Amino acid sequence: MMRFEHKDILDIESLSPRDITMLLDTAEGMKEISERPVKKVPTLRGKTIVLFFQEPSTRTRVSFDIAGKRLSADTISISSGTSSIVKGETLIDTARNLEAMNPNIIVMRHPSSGAPELVARRVRASVVNAGDGLHAHPTQALLDMMTVREKKGRIQGLKIAIIGDIAHSRVARSNIQGFTKMGASVVVAAPPTMIPMGIEALGCRVAPDMDSCIEGADVIMMLRIQKERQENILFPSEREYSNLFGLTLERLKRANRDVTVMHPGPMNRGVEISEDVADGGHSVILDQVTNGVALRMAVFYLVSGGQKNAN
Amino acid sequence: MRIRLRGARVIDPGSIDDYLDVVMEDGLISALLEPGTPPDESNPFDIDCSGMIVVPGLIDIHVHLREPGHEYKETIRTGLLAAARGGFTAVCAMPNTLPVNDGIEMTAFMVSRARELGGSRLYPVGAITRGLKGETLCEYAGMKRAGIVALSDDGRPVERAGVMRRAMEYARGIGLPVISHAEDISLAGDGSMNEGVVATRLGLKGIPNAAESTIVMRDIALAELTGASLHIAHVSCRESVDAIRRAKKRGVPVTAETAPHYFTLTHEDVARYDTHAKMNPPLRTEQDRMAIIDALGDGTLDIIATDHAPHSSLEKDVEFDRAAFGIVGLETSLGLSLQLVRDGVMDMAALIKAMSKNPAKLLGIDNDLKPGNPADLTVIDPEAFWTVDSKLFASKGRNTPFQGYNLKGEVFMTIVQGRIAHGIPDGQG
Repeated sequence: MMRFEHKDILDIESLSPRDITMLLDTAEGMKEISERPVKKVPTLRGKTIVLFFQEPSTRTRVSFDIAGKRLSADTISISSGTSSIVKGETLIDTARNLEAMNPNIIVMRHPSSGAPELVARRVRASVVNAGDGLHAHPTQALLDMMTVREKKGRIQGLKIAIIGDIAHSRVARSNIQGFTKMGASVVVAAPPTMIPMGIEALGCRVAPDMDSCIEGADVIMMLRIQKERQENILFPSEREYSNLFGLTLERLKRANRDVTVMHPGPMNRGVEISEDVADGGHSVILDQVTNGVALRMAVFYLVSGGQKNAN
Repeated sequence: MRIRLRGARVIDPGSIDDYLDVVMEDGLISALLEPGTPPDESNPFDIDCSGMIVVPGLIDIHVHLREPGHEYKETIRTGLLAAARGGFTAVCAMPNTLPVNDGIEMTAFMVSRARELGGSRLYPVGAITRGLKGETLCEYAGMKRAGIVALSDDGRPVERAGVMRRAMEYARGIGLPVISHAEDISLAGDGSMNEGVVATRLGLKGIPNAAESTIVMRDIALAELTGASLHIAHVSCRESVDAIRRAKKRGVPVTAETAPHYFTLTHEDVARYDTHAKMNPPLRTEQDRMAIIDALGDGTLDIIATDHAPHSSLEKDVEFDRAAFGIVGLETSLGLSLQLVRDGVMDMAALIKAMSKNPAKLLGIDNDLKPGNPADLTVIDPEAFWTVDSKLFASKGRNTPFQGYNLKGEVFMTIVQGRIAHGIPDGQG
């Protein structure tokens, strides 16, 4: 039996390939629970999970919530509207107050990069990062790796193409680090306004254009284009962006024949991904969502001191 | 009161480097004598300074004292105590207080407050534009009479080149140098650290070197146009250094400063979101750090200032992107800067030029060590080892990235107008 060594899950950077494999293996075992008629096991009965979300989120919060409930933990949601942050309380004070109520796990989403780490240093509870600023979204990367491993049987040696606003994407950062750690090669493409300086240091290559990026790719991951970013003059129009970096059936031909198409959601159909690709046979977008619950169950289980492959 | 410092190495760059006794009376230097006279047992201020270095008082031309308006961060009193503790006999206080020092009354208040305290001297810097808004000029002549020694909108650039041009022209007529906070706001955006590999890894928005260097280049062009005396504040990157070096070669009237953190630290020191490594301009790359060191070595950068910017835990013990920019510097500056001498970047005389003579020259102050001049001087113990402990700071600010640093070279005494502002002689004579 191996034990999971981490109190918190803050980013992919601090996880070893062994940690990642343990998380993915455990998540695979958890999947079956969601397929039972009674979707609940008593594993985390009596444990309290606080979902502390300081940024709008439905899908991720619900995924964590369901994951906790399927393991019989009590889950409590606090969002920006209901917390004292709006009353001027500092993050550290809020964290101390949460801590005083003895939660076992704090799941945290926050607009500032590094905020979960700030909290994790000050509380005994395990902190699980559900997305911080532009920094990291480790559970998304883990569920993406889980989905790829499920579809391809491996991660080692695959070519992963990530296309979109890398600069403003915590999903991209975590996936570049995760897939690289697990032995895949990652190539990214976007207008240069969306490629942050020194991104190669995370382990990826930058392709000069979309076509060379997806050439021979085993996995294509499309990132959401945030329309509100147009204010920052990152691209002139959705039409031009879509022409240069949108994933269409025509473009898909350049990739491997059995290419897997992913998107962390929510999608802008017809902008970064065409309708027929999103709903087509290569798309695993809904599998990502299903795996998200199992993966988050595995995260809760392992940070609570659970051991690998327990069922 | 008569003070005699016996047997120290006295350095006044360009004129003195010798073992001398320094005698001060009635606030003035009265004599520099060959050593060897026996100690005066009856005078507690007849101090054995063998092994020490006596230099013209250090001047920090870039500090934020926060009074009025943010007295919980620093006051004129605590700021000047920190200055004395750091070996500074005078500091230039930037005008971004609340209210802003953009008029005669505020300047007069600061001058009189400092005078009451009687420690290190305070030279206010007046705002270039009213309210630091970058629109209309302040009454430079009146403020100069009240005590300002330079102009700056520090904390903010003067965004419009046309306004900066007129300010520089007008300032030239009054005889005041203009200090440029060189930052293109539209390039800096809402960045919170240097744009580069570390920011990308941490997911923090970056501030590129060009946010600084473009305005450095603009203001150099305006100095050429107007003939005004331009001083560039807190230079952090290699492109700015190159621009200043070229301008000096052309004979443009420009001087420039950097701060100890820019030649000591890099953006790697932000480490895991350490808000004590967050300042504006931000810590840059190793390449930039080396360029700053070279520029101090060849005199392209004339002055070491601190940009002493005290903040409380309210501004610093928070999320990195929400934390305030700035660190304290008065009490660590000399210790960090002496490393440059040990590293062979500059000799002791050149360091004293950068920390005392060049600031004095910019402000039009005669601080030569000679009889008749005010007795403002700093006594350095070059061999003392000490460890930075922010809890012992005289400043209210604890926001230093140098906590726990082991430094060599300490301030032994700071003497202002013939009075001991820091350092108490114990049982010497």
